[in-house]
Amino acid sequence: MTETVQRPSHLSTSSVMDIKLEAINVNAFFGKTQALRDVSLTIEKNHVVAIIGPSGCGKSTFLRCINRMHEVAGGTMNGSILLDGEDIYENDPVNLRRRVGMVFQKPNPFPTMSIFDNVAAGLRLNGMASKNHIADRVERSLRQAALWNEVKDSLSKSGMSLSGGQQQRLCIARALAVNPDVLLMDEPASALDPISTAKIEELIYELKKNYTIVIVTHNMQQAARVSDRTAFFYLGELIEYDITKKIFTMPSIKQTEEYVTGRFG
Amino acid sequence: MTSLSILSVAIAVIPLFLIFFYSLAQGVSSLNVDFFIHMPKPVGETGGGMANALVGTAILIGLGCLFGLPVSIFAGIYLAEYGNNTLGQTVRFFTDVLSGVPSIVVGVVAYILVVIPMKQFSALAGGVALAILMIPTATRTTEEMIRLVPQSFREAALALGIPQWKATLKVILPTALKGITTGVLLAIARAAGETAPLLFTALGNRFWSTDLGHPIASLTVFIYDYAKAPFEDWNRQAWGAAFILILLIFIINITFRFATRGRYAENKN
Repeated sequence: MTETVQRPSHLSTSSVMDIKLEAINVNAFFGKTQALRDVSLTIEKNHVVAIIGPSGCGKSTFLRCINRMHEVAGGTMNGSILLDGEDIYENDPVNLRRRVGMVFQKPNPFPTMSIFDNVAAGLRLNGMASKNHIADRVERSLRQAALWNEVKDSLSKSGMSLSGGQQQRLCIARALAVNPDVLLMDEPASALDPISTAKIEELIYELKKNYTIVIVTHNMQQAARVSDRTAFFYLGELIEYDITKKIFTMPSIKQTEEYVTGRFG
Repeated sequence: MTSLSILSVAIAVIPLFLIFFYSLAQGVSSLNVDFFIHMPKPVGETGGGMANALVGTAILIGLGCLFGLPVSIFAGIYLAEYGNNTLGQTVRFFTDVLSGVPSIVVGVVAYILVVIPMKQFSALAGGVALAILMIPTATRTTEEMIRLVPQSFREAALALGIPQWKATLKVILPTALKGITTGVLLAIARAAGETAPLLFTALGNRFWSTDLGHPIASLTVFIYDYAKAPFEDWNRQAWGAAFILILLIFIINITFRFATRGRYAENKN
């Protein structure tokens, strides 16, 4: 198992943690079904946190609670999630989602829009009017998403004309364009080929300089490669949350060990 | 099995061709440029055209769209995005019932709603009658088409911090537009062919009129009047007008289909 952890984890050694996100006793429900049980964890600024666990363990639900997207599917939650110390329910979900961007499992560029318009959509529909400003922001976001060089000559083409991996990076650019500080990624590479996956992983490594990233993944090698900390969820509960290296080499709980060594899940 | 389906297709398509070519054969002698640009001649004189009826039908359909489409599209959006409740169910039920109401009854409704208060048959009344006829088809297709837009696009838009109403209008509606246009087209085609609801609303007019407050001519009422007239010349013109009406609906269909193919619609995921 040790060979999967090549990259040193970049943990801040400072004693004062710069906390970006804090979940306190979060319970989430879809109708009568409880999807999350009493989840508490803190996420530091500019860290990448991977959430792993078998299907149905609540990892996607937890991710969606952070930007209140669980409400779109009719879910409810109690407990609290603090973003920069402020409860996410203090504010309008619309404003929250501008600060907490999201990338989905399947690339989903808007089919009626060009590449440029896809990235500009969040800006335009949030009321930004200045053309120059939008063009700057689109270029910057596409560069951040490592897509600019591939699409700079075809910005007016349909977003759907790109390959799957490019579409996913387009979706990342679209999310970055609204200038969030947190980026949620729900299995962003699970629908992609290995080369595109590698590109997305490199990208995550770059993006954490400016963003705090929470990524849900089924792929444990991926979690080991990209994240600073890893949270293992099982049956809606947070079983273990620790430095990634520790989770994959010497987890303190047996269930975690069984899962990361592939004995169940 | 294959031959059976081919046979069924043939049976389904043959009437269309029969109607098309029979009306062409019967009406071809009355089809010339005059027929399109001239007014009807008084009884006894040969020749003349149906320019007023062509324009009248266009105006009536325009009015029908003006009154009917905004209602239909917003109702469709409501049903698709917010309609999973009792109110939605009720609206859906009544829309279906409305689509089954005979068109002549719709005419009576428009007569009572518009003609009696105005004390006058009018293009406006005809437009209202056509709008009522268009609403069920247009509403239900709008709803169906918006429902067909994958949830992932809704989520993508909402996750960007776009308010739901904006996401619906600027992201979901454009994505569903092609399908909605097809539905609207069906509604227009149905309205264009209606005679009964126009008989006591728009009434018909042998003279040139674009005044919305006065009776107005239409192709269908023109056909109705000319087909039951005892003059062979008129009957031929009725056939001609029928052919033109079919052709018109055909052309509307094709134009819209091309117009809405869209820049990106052909790209597959």
